[in-house]
Amino acid sequence: MSKHIPPKHIPPKQSPQAIRAEALESILIEKGLLSSEAVDEVITRYSERIGPMNGARLVAKAWVDAEFKKLLLDDATSIVEEFDFEGGQVEKLVVVENTDNVHNAVVCTLCSCYPWAVLGLPPKWYKDPAYRSRIVREPRELLSEMGVKLDDHVEINIWDSSAEIRYMVLPMQPGGSEDLNEEQLASLVTRDSMIGVELLGS
Amino acid sequence: MDGVHDLGGKQGFGRVDQASDKVFSDRWEASVFAMVNASATAGAWPNVDRFRHAIERIDPEAYLNHGYYGRWLGGLETLLVEAGIVDSLDITDKAIEKGALAEDLIAARPANKPDPMGPAPTSTGSDRELSRLPLFKVGDEVTALNNVVPGHTRLPAYVRGKRGQVVLWHQGWVYPDTNAHGAGEQPQHLYTVKFTGDELWGQQGFSVCIDLFEPYITAS
Repeated sequence: MSKHIPPKHIPPKQSPQAIRAEALESILIEKGLLSSEAVDEVITRYSERIGPMNGARLVAKAWVDAEFKKLLLDDATSIVEEFDFEGGQVEKLVVVENTDNVHNAVVCTLCSCYPWAVLGLPPKWYKDPAYRSRIVREPRELLSEMGVKLDDHVEINIWDSSAEIRYMVLPMQPGGSEDLNEEQLASLVTRDSMIGVELLGS
Repeated sequence: MDGVHDLGGKQGFGRVDQASDKVFSDRWEASVFAMVNASATAGAWPNVDRFRHAIERIDPEAYLNHGYYGRWLGGLETLLVEAGIVDSLDITDKAIEKGALAEDLIAARPANKPDPMGPAPTSTGSDRELSRLPLFKVGDEVTALNNVVPGHTRLPAYVRGKRGQVVLWHQGWVYPDTNAHGAGEQPQHLYTVKFTGDELWGQQGFSVCIDLFEPYITAS
């Protein structure tokens, strides 16, 4: 009987693009064009400091304050400037409201434009071909696959961010949350609901 | 250009995979992000339109398979080589030292005759004062032109030749089609135009709103 030899752990091979990125990084550092701290800085900045909590604050405030909601739907850019969020610049932000009759979702079919300043960096799926290709052609089917089941009478509106205007969805307030304060409401608001691929409270 | 990046309405990509959700799956992705920022500072690319077009120009197979930061890497290397800052062969040599294979697909496609850098941006944002009046107003019925632009454009194929309605007007913005090629900002009026699913695909129950520059549309 042969002796059982446990398989050697072979670490997964890096993709060619991963290796090439590391090669380019070492060349740019050698040339003095990139500091070795720059990468850690990027990781910290986008993992900890910039994210969808900004958008969630706007949504929660709009839910409790009708005047604020009106301003947000009318001129979100000025509101964002007042809040002074850290993050990528948003030159013009348009907030689109979900109602009982209209459901909105956002995409960039040509690349991956996304409202960084209020939502942080986009998730992988937003930037990849399946979402970009399908949401403008079969939104009802795709949203259903992603967990958004809409009644037939609900009109769907997809916003393709083809220029520098950035779009964010104001999701509907989930039922049963009427007594929560603004901070509690903000913690209910997910990034996916502000892209338009999640219904809160469902 | 009619590159693979113009994905609106393309079929066959299957389900959306919502599983993996970290900001950077690996350190190399954050590295690409940092390098793109550093390369702007180093003067490799003067504006975001040129950067976007560099990504559109990468190897199409790489575009579909190398992931988001793989695409950025391809665009980045393209621009660095075109600016004379790095040499592709040096990158390949270093990559092979690190375990790459000689036959690995390289995304970058530096042009033999790169575009001129063009004039420096006149401000940090992309919105621009325009003294000339807009040709269209909210409510107007418009048709997207059928032109195929050989270089950078933000008119996707899926709306070309289709009729829609202007729902928003955004005043003047830098025009990507010229700005990406060093031909100047040439700001244009920008509109959000709404196309029904019926008009686009013969499907009911939805619409697509897309931002189109004035040269992309004509009165219906």
